Amino acid sequence: MTTKPATTPGPLREFWFYFSENRGAVIGLCVFALLVFTAVFAPVLAPHDPVHQYREFFLTPPSWEEGGTSQFLLGTDAVGRDILSRLIFGAQQSLIIGVVVVTIALFGGIILGLVSGFFGGWVDAVIMRVMDVILAFPSLLLALVMVAILGPGLMNAMIAIAIVLQPHFARLTRAAVMAEKNKEYVMAARVSGAGKLRLMFKTILPNCVAPLIVQGTLSFSNAVLDAAALGFLGMGAQPPLPEWGTMLAEAREFILRAWWVVTFPGLAILITVLAINLVGDGLRDALDPKLKRS
Amino acid sequence: MIRFLVGKLAYLIPTFIGITVVAFSFVRLLPGDPVLLMAGERGITPERHAQLTAQLGYDRPVVVQYLDFVMGLFQGDFGTSLATRRPVLGEFFALFPATVELGLCAVILATIIGIPLGVFAAIKRGSVFDQVSMGAALVGYSMPIFWWGLLLIIFFSGILGWTPVSGRIDLLYFFPNGTGFMLIDSLMSGQSGAFTSALRHLILPSVVLATIPMAVIARQSRSAMLEVLSEDYVRTARAKGMSPFRVVGIHALRNALIPVITTIGLQIGVVMAGAILTETIFSWPGIGKWMIDSISRRDYPSVQGGLLLMAGVVMIVNLLVDLLYGVINPRIRHS
Repeated sequence: MTTKPATTPGPLREFWFYFSENRGAVIGLCVFALLVFTAVFAPVLAPHDPVHQYREFFLTPPSWEEGGTSQFLLGTDAVGRDILSRLIFGAQQSLIIGVVVVTIALFGGIILGLVSGFFGGWVDAVIMRVMDVILAFPSLLLALVMVAILGPGLMNAMIAIAIVLQPHFARLTRAAVMAEKNKEYVMAARVSGAGKLRLMFKTILPNCVAPLIVQGTLSFSNAVLDAAALGFLGMGAQPPLPEWGTMLAEAREFILRAWWVVTFPGLAILITVLAINLVGDGLRDALDPKLKRS
Repeated sequence: MIRFLVGKLAYLIPTFIGITVVAFSFVRLLPGDPVLLMAGERGITPERHAQLTAQLGYDRPVVVQYLDFVMGLFQGDFGTSLATRRPVLGEFFALFPATVELGLCAVILATIIGIPLGVFAAIKRGSVFDQVSMGAALVGYSMPIFWWGLLLIIFFSGILGWTPVSGRIDLLYFFPNGTGFMLIDSLMSGQSGAFTSALRHLILPSVVLATIPMAVIARQSRSAMLEVLSEDYVRTARAKGMSPFRVVGIHALRNALIPVITTIGLQIGVVMAGAILTETIFSWPGIGKWMIDSISRRDYPSVQGGLLLMAGVVMIVNLLVDLLYGVINPRIRHS
């Protein structure tokens, strides 16, 4: 009789086991995957050019409303652009915003946090006080003022949001590094002659990844939300770029006449942010050993 | 307690210096010459330019300018608005009560709904109520509030016609600006209908501004309550035969609320940022809208002063929350 040897599941397997227990997180992940699909295949999926203005169709209602046409499923905006196509292309903008902002913030935060936690002393004090200063300002306000300095536009908005979100990563990395750096495996690496850079990036960093992933997810949704808010205030993406927040800003004056120009872009923002937050909650539960079996 | 207080204050000094440096650098970092910026599109003669540069002190070393700026702050000089030619500090405090009124209502609303929601969700863990309320909290937490505000306007102002679209009170009413809080002033004016009008103007913006803090408070209350409910002393209290109400309401709740107070305090920053959006949507004449207007008017001294004052307010509130936390939780105070 042969018995299968008891194997311990791989880390990815184990992670998926805990993650998939959370139904909300799995739904969030599916919605997010759908969003990525929409963004990648936007040119194929969109029925119209997102910036083309159909002069005979100003503020056409959605197809199921009276006066709507099947040509424009979700209606048109004030200058006759197809809302559905703009929403589909808007998914591209939101994903780019999330990826760029989180990458910049993660990169900057990890470097600052590693240096701060690893070296300690005055380097640590200076870096952490600077982070405190950034966190002292209401985040949207600071981003807004930075965009005012740099000039309105999507790229500047992304940089500003990344700077505002970055201290969270720096603090997390620092805390994790401080907890790890005196452990025996680090000491062993140090004794066997690993250089400072190797110690920081190859020995310590991989053990600090879990909280960073969770924070990264939450920052992704924050980035989408803040970029939309900046767009709404006229300081983010500039028209005619089909960005959801900017679409809402353009729609504001028609809110009492044409509900659809306001409703759909906001709904798109909400669904995206909600999906990412669901994934974030699931990741936190799956990666945080303290909460695992509670 | 005094040592705790001094420690907290000392910790704030570097942050405060940092905030002034950021605000100071703000005008200096703007592309272009500040004097030319202030002159605007009319242009300026070279003589006048030199004169203004000297008058404003831009020809001196940066460090001297900075120290001068900080000294000015201590004397209440936050610069002069380019748009109105009035001191920034006066402009700020003229509009500040409107934001405080809105912000306070939002925080109160968020607290009185958020805490019971979280507490009941924890008590009935896994129930339909728990799932629905925590689902709603996650939606609230993910809400783009500028869109939420527009939706509420469409529904309550557009379709139902219950609430006004903008402002703080109907133009019909006029009374002296006593406290700056419209609810109190309108009540004291004795004019019939004034208070109701103020309340109707306040309700939608408060709900919008309360949405995210409410969600955060509900989630935090739930997890704090869950943690406390699994403590030994709760089990002991239950074992001794205390009524469930007494166990939960007296023993558990009091300890669960300690971290929640910090959470509520931290929402002040969120409310300040949210006020920028909410006030813009509802044309609420507070500092959030004033900041946006100042940015779009390129009124840089106002933006600089506003940035500093708003950060200052957040800092002071956070300090007060820290102190309050120390008062109610001796473990923090003595650690």
